[in-house]
Amino acid sequence: MKRLTLDILLGNLLVFGFTALALLISGAPVLTAFKHIWLGSFANTAKFSQVLSVWVPLTLCSCGLLYTFRVNLWNIGIEGQVTMGAIGAMAALRIPGIESPALILTLAFLGSMFSGGVWGLLAGLLKTRGGVHEIFGGLGLNFVAQGFILWLIFGPWKRPGIASMSGTELLPRKLWLATPPGWRVATAGLVIAVAVLVLTWLLIEKSNLGLRLKAIGQNPKAALLYAIAPERYYLQSIIIAGACAGLAGFLQVTAVYHRLIPPISSGYGYLALLLVMLSGYRIILIPFLALFFASLNVGAIQLPIVLQLDSALSGVIQGCCVLSALFIIGIRQKRKNS
Amino acid sequence: MDVKFQHISKFFGSVKALTGVSLTAHSGSIHGLIGENGAGKSTLMKILTGYQTKTSGVILIDGQDVQLNTPKQASIHGIGMLYQEPMDFTPLTVLENFSLGNLNQSRRDLRLALTNLSDRFGFNLDPDRTVELLTVGERQQIELLRLIHNKTRILILDEPTTGISPAQKEALFPALRQLAADGMIILLVSHKLEEVAALCNEVTVLRHGSVTHHAKSPFHFPELLTAMFGSVPNRKDKEAARDQGEQILVLHDIKAAGERQGLDQCNITVAEGEVIGLAGLDGAGQSTFLRLAAGLTVPEKGNVQLFGNKLPRNAKASRIAQELKTSFIPADRLEEALFANISLSDHFNLQSKESSFWQSKERAKNLAEKAISTFFIKGQPNDTAEDLSGGNQQRLLLALLAPKSRLLLLENPTRGLDIRSGQWVWQYLKQELSPKTAILFSSPELDEILHYSDRVLVFHDGEIVMNTAVNDTSHDAIAAAMTGMTEVVQ
Repeated sequence: MKRLTLDILLGNLLVFGFTALALLISGAPVLTAFKHIWLGSFANTAKFSQVLSVWVPLTLCSCGLLYTFRVNLWNIGIEGQVTMGAIGAMAALRIPGIESPALILTLAFLGSMFSGGVWGLLAGLLKTRGGVHEIFGGLGLNFVAQGFILWLIFGPWKRPGIASMSGTELLPRKLWLATPPGWRVATAGLVIAVAVLVLTWLLIEKSNLGLRLKAIGQNPKAALLYAIAPERYYLQSIIIAGACAGLAGFLQVTAVYHRLIPPISSGYGYLALLLVMLSGYRIILIPFLALFFASLNVGAIQLPIVLQLDSALSGVIQGCCVLSALFIIGIRQKRKNS
Repeated sequence: MDVKFQHISKFFGSVKALTGVSLTAHSGSIHGLIGENGAGKSTLMKILTGYQTKTSGVILIDGQDVQLNTPKQASIHGIGMLYQEPMDFTPLTVLENFSLGNLNQSRRDLRLALTNLSDRFGFNLDPDRTVELLTVGERQQIELLRLIHNKTRILILDEPTTGISPAQKEALFPALRQLAADGMIILLVSHKLEEVAALCNEVTVLRHGSVTHHAKSPFHFPELLTAMFGSVPNRKDKEAARDQGEQILVLHDIKAAGERQGLDQCNITVAEGEVIGLAGLDGAGQSTFLRLAAGLTVPEKGNVQLFGNKLPRNAKASRIAQELKTSFIPADRLEEALFANISLSDHFNLQSKESSFWQSKERAKNLAEKAISTFFIKGQPNDTAEDLSGGNQQRLLLALLAPKSRLLLLENPTRGLDIRSGQWVWQYLKQELSPKTAILFSSPELDEILHYSDRVLVFHDGEIVMNTAVNDTSHDAIAAAMTGMTEVVQ
């Protein structure tokens, strides 16, 4: 446990170190930049609530990934599962003839989980039936999902008159999830994220499903002797992961963008992969790390405006996070092996 | 020229792989090194080839004390080894493989050398063929020619006839005799007594890391077998066979992949209450046999019947076998049967057939506590499986899998256990289980098989070469069958 805390501290230190280095190279005043990142995230309720609006999808994706990492599946297809969730939600929202916003939003909620889950299932079936490694299957499905959303935006669901990268037409106001006055995050989003967190904790720690997933992750060969078929649980875990990612897609559509845009997943799936690895697959750390990543993400947005830094810098910072996470994982693995 | 091993010992921690081994191999002769698995043959050869360093002792080549700390030093002294699995590069051609380690010679010279050598030994090798298209025997021939070309003076062969055709064997043996006649020192590691007898001028037998016998041709087989497997044990305390009932396991005309040679032409019937020992050298087919019965391996041909039900030829087979109360306990307990970082009580939770949604920690803890007391497991319900010693892991597995079994399949059940733990395991199996439970177990210890089983199956190179009641056979007959001898020695 002590080791883990140290690793996480080291990880954060590395993130700051790399970021500082990137800022130095680009000629920006390092401390001022950090100050602006901090202010950009926590200066006021509006800013902080924007951080939370990133925290929500990150937390959802991370929870989903906890299931797949539990059985040693690298569900890199999570990104496509978010996209497909958004598409599923949008498809439900476009059903004509339903008046009640509550009903149609519920349908969108279910539709997103379904389509995300199916997308996960596809990667799972490719692995269990076709022997395609889930990383390659997932990456392929990510491209397919990206192609699909572009086709929808420029084809059947294009804005009347012009099709554009800026996405589909805005949803009517009544289909926007409610946001408290002065806030930039939907209450329903926060509720869903917290509920999924609690449910995931219960399932992983307290249910027989969670125990079986853990057992398969540790020794799929031995699982056979306990009449536990690993394939079945690979599929279950990746369906659950897809459904969680789908929910993130639902919230991106109904609470953040209020339309479908090509980068609807915002890379949160990939970021969540790193976040979960950095957490050492511990759910207790997920909300805190998600908050850290979200604030970095949001805070960096205003650097170009205030400090005239290139907007690619936030990408550089995220890249630094990636490298630090991989480095820490590398050390942990090495230590485990020795 | 000669190679002298003087009092060679090799310790791995507290494990003594070799203790004070001395032997001399002379040029012009083929020296056989025999012994069962784990006798120390491979360790001794690894020391000679520089892959392992000796703990103590001296190796003299032509009376000179030589240091063989790395494979490179060994090859400078002209020591070369022909491995059981060819150590070649399959995407390269025959000539390219032959040329490895000969960067200074021109292509043309190498091609000429290869053709000359293969003519000399009567091998038929096409220099431009890629090695992946060749048989194991042909690949072995390339390797042999390469070693000769690289001026190997001391040649070690490790089970050279495993996986090669009879015709290739016909070509190999004269080649080896010719090499010996030319003055090479040849050390042959094998467990096939008939081949050793046919080929070797001298034989040294190793058992448990020490030399137990040394002989010159012609050989007296019973002496060699006793030296390999120990003396015939006292059979006085043999228990009476248990009552036998109806047939519960039938393997019909099975062919299956697995281990070195897979399993072929396997027809066996097992009745209720039988205790059957599976004898054979490591990898001869016993493990494949047990996994077939457990539904963990699906046969290529033939079928497995458990309690009158044909097992399906797919991944469901193992679940169905378990539903029919068949349990398999592998030799590699932590690798294949337990979850290293999961607690004992959670193992009981996983084993539970009741599929409630939530874990019932309390019930699992009770089960674990009960198992800890009945099976004398030294551990707590919250300890993880890897916290336990080997003996306690075996007790945990028995507690998890054995009690309700009607057919118990055990792969080397006393592996890694001290004598008392091993005895406890057998006491449990014989006395606590229902007398109707059939037990099939493999073991590398002939004594264990003779002592505990009613019937013995002997495996050799993927076939069952002997199937007989223990009372109708002898220690020597089983040992002979294990080493592939067709005639029972007297």
